[in-house]
Amino acid sequence: MRYIPHTPADVERALAKIGAPSIDALFADLPEALRDPGIDLPQGMDEASLLEHLQELAAKNVASGPNFLGGGARRHFTPSVTAHLAMQSEFVTAYTPYQPEVAQGLLQATFEYQTIMAELTGLPVSNASMYDGASAVAEAVLLTIRQTGRDRVLVSRGVHPETRAVIATYLTALDAELEIVDLDPHTTRTPDVGDDVACFVAQQPNYLGYLEDMAGLTSAAHAGGALMVAAVDPLSLAVLAAPGEYGADIAAGDGQTLGNPVNFGGPAFGFMVVGESLIRQFPGRLVGETVDVDGKRAFVLTLQAREQHIRRSKAKSNICSNHQLTAVMAAINVSALGPQGLRDLALGSVANAHALAAALVAAGYAPEVGRRYFNEFVLPVKQDPALLRSALAAHGVHAGVAAPAEYGFGHAIVLSATESTRPADIAKLIAALNACGEGPGSAQGQEEAVAHV
Amino acid sequence: MSDARKASPVPLHQQLPLVFERSRPGRRASQPPTPAEFDAAAVLGAENLRKEAPRLPEVSELDLVRHYTQLAHRQMSIDANIYPLGSCTMKYNPKVNEEAAKLFQDLHPYQAPETVQGALELLYNLQHDLGAITGMDAVSLQPAAGAHGELAGILMIRAYHRSRGEGEQRRVVLVPDGAHGTNPATAAMAGYDVVEVPTGPDGEVDLEAFKARLNDRVAAVMLTNPNTLGLFERRILEIKEAAHAVGAQLYYDGANLNAIVGRVRPGDMGFDVVHLNLHKTFTTPHGGGGPGTGPVGVKAHLAKFLPAPIVERRQDGQFFLQSDIPQSIGRMRSFYGNFGNLVRAYTYIRALGLEGLREVSGYAVLNANYLRARFKELGFTVPFDRVNMHEFVAQPPTGLRTLDIAKAQLDYGMHPATVYFPLIVKEALMVEPTETESLEALDNYVDTLAEILERSVSDPDYLAGAPYNTPVRRLDEVRAARQPVLKYDFAGN
Repeated sequence: MRYIPHTPADVERALAKIGAPSIDALFADLPEALRDPGIDLPQGMDEASLLEHLQELAAKNVASGPNFLGGGARRHFTPSVTAHLAMQSEFVTAYTPYQPEVAQGLLQATFEYQTIMAELTGLPVSNASMYDGASAVAEAVLLTIRQTGRDRVLVSRGVHPETRAVIATYLTALDAELEIVDLDPHTTRTPDVGDDVACFVAQQPNYLGYLEDMAGLTSAAHAGGALMVAAVDPLSLAVLAAPGEYGADIAAGDGQTLGNPVNFGGPAFGFMVVGESLIRQFPGRLVGETVDVDGKRAFVLTLQAREQHIRRSKAKSNICSNHQLTAVMAAINVSALGPQGLRDLALGSVANAHALAAALVAAGYAPEVGRRYFNEFVLPVKQDPALLRSALAAHGVHAGVAAPAEYGFGHAIVLSATESTRPADIAKLIAALNACGEGPGSAQGQEEAVAHV
Repeated sequence: MSDARKASPVPLHQQLPLVFERSRPGRRASQPPTPAEFDAAAVLGAENLRKEAPRLPEVSELDLVRHYTQLAHRQMSIDANIYPLGSCTMKYNPKVNEEAAKLFQDLHPYQAPETVQGALELLYNLQHDLGAITGMDAVSLQPAAGAHGELAGILMIRAYHRSRGEGEQRRVVLVPDGAHGTNPATAAMAGYDVVEVPTGPDGEVDLEAFKARLNDRVAAVMLTNPNTLGLFERRILEIKEAAHAVGAQLYYDGANLNAIVGRVRPGDMGFDVVHLNLHKTFTTPHGGGGPGTGPVGVKAHLAKFLPAPIVERRQDGQFFLQSDIPQSIGRMRSFYGNFGNLVRAYTYIRALGLEGLREVSGYAVLNANYLRARFKELGFTVPFDRVNMHEFVAQPPTGLRTLDIAKAQLDYGMHPATVYFPLIVKEALMVEPTETESLEALDNYVDTLAEILERSVSDPDYLAGAPYNTPVRRLDEVRAARQPVLKYDFAGN
């Protein structure tokens, strides 16, 4: 296929205007010895063959079946209207709104997004989005180092392991010290925060699904003069205390649960919301309200002196593009759901997670439910989580996000429920667990399960 | 409606309410499954619940559709308008890519590998294709944007020097003065001191000045080729020799790869690291500023530092995510990258094949040179006037401001070029038509510019007042920055 409109006559006309004999002649500046190397690529395809190829690849995947996978991405109900409105050509194929007079659509939608994120987090200033939750939290950590001039960072082990890994990557260049604060084993031990600590990062609900004492952890951070970074699931904020309510300085996280497809991990979007005092150190684009020459309300990218295209090596971050479209998709989805719908999704997930745990207990399993949890919890298992996940998949069930060994539960998985989890799904999971030899008193089951893989 | 609205002199039909202003308590646009009744305070702990409910929009489904459809109508886009933003590569985004992406959108990133073999195979193929196109030995698809890929690339170079015991010694990254702002910002974020290299009189890196700044303290040289003036750096092989002679690594900013794709490869030019902007050369949508996608490719000596995981293939043909890369710089983000966009880019590459990609650069360069010739006929100056690549930089006729011309173009439904960049050219307009625009569209663009220039002569006040017919006119940007209003003020209602 080709997407080029030129006819042979067009090419002739263009070359005549330029005064060049051929298209290839326009490339005379390229080093001659390096031109047209053998590039190992297949021939182009017509559209039917192309779609057939993609459909063949898609057919090698299995997306259907009961799904108990969480770990930072979940398949929540999304009304049909969300994708229809978000994927309008004008939003999808626009660029960054550098000419605001003809970009009011995305600028206003982004201003509304910023308002929604401020409302959910209880903090005043949201940027226009970041890449994903992990990099958003890492950027939040860098912000606290700039703001405080301190170079030690405390991070709860309850923060998603991949988020901690990204923080570590971002910190390597600064030679800042990263210290992990352990769990007790479900929730974070209150850390001793010294006066060299820039920030304390905790996640609510934490990676294992349990509810942290965010107010207490925030007090501990502030007692040492550190800033508190709350890594949060924004959907949970329909119900759970807002970071602003317990005094966190920054809320950051991944917005996928607000109505983006799981997309095998991306793109969704990251968000960051801060207190007023941190605006000058804030990375990323910001949309502000102003007026035009006729006094009409209008929106525009603002406070750009923080950004790389103005400040170059003095910028607060190198971030240029963000995840605008997926953030707008979330704003549309939240508007479609409204406060009641968002609450229904959050509470439905809580209710079903607790129903799942109760069903497991009734079936003789021993989920870790002695602590308060939201929509996820730990289930100790007999076999390696990766092997169990494959064995369950063979029974048509997607489950088995690992609770890694660092958490001290031995072999264990984190189970997740959503508002869409049905009793039949739960029954199918338990039957699959039993069939994989995880059931109570299943002596030889473990060997069978391993053999099955 | 708010009092402010009633008092507004602006006709109602011209001012769009915010979604919050459309809100009425009790309205809903959707109905999710109804949750089972339970006592949230008892289950979750009263102390863990929020005290104040978030003030979120409550609208009907039709209200919602009208709102976002009307917003879409206040937005320029490639699908509706010519959009020749230099450096941004605003070309047509094929619809078949969108269909392909939907085939994979419900896959969860933590599914068992047996259930995502097609997705992993696609990633594996794309790693191969991008490696072949750039001439690099290994590719990570993880970075979420061009700037994110830059950071990954510079962190890999840092890890490389450290592994050789030269981490402390090499503190400097050289960046041309015409570089994208992300280059110096990335180098600074990775802990380096940035030293600028001036552009010479021919619009290319000043080779003598470059050599004068090269020494064994230099960790990396970041280059865009063709550069931001749209000119191919003809001395690239000398630059490569000199950089490598002092042990510096050569970094390729792939923002302009579309100018040379299929014809010459960064790897063959001697670059050690390259990042690609899939939303530029490979047609994934810009989405109003993202999500982009910024894969990074490296030569073999840097492969052990790639961000984990990458996709590999077992002898039995099964694909898997390889996370065991002991010297990896680590993760750049969660999961495996912006997978949806990786599907779109893969679809595009496989649609075109090698010959199609070679046409992309050919016609992009043809269109840009045609437009340069026509701009010159109008009286625009082209400061480095020679055969350019996919874009060129021009200056308006004497006495006219680039900003004014850009604003006047908006009234004609045409998006201006990139303005005031690169910084090394005063009143710069950086024009990149891309290969997907027809000659008629380019002619129309130029004829409109001609009309604007004529009107500026016959009516001296015309340009300063433009635009006149856009949804809003020129904005008070100073007010936006001095008195920031960054969210809706509910108290006003």
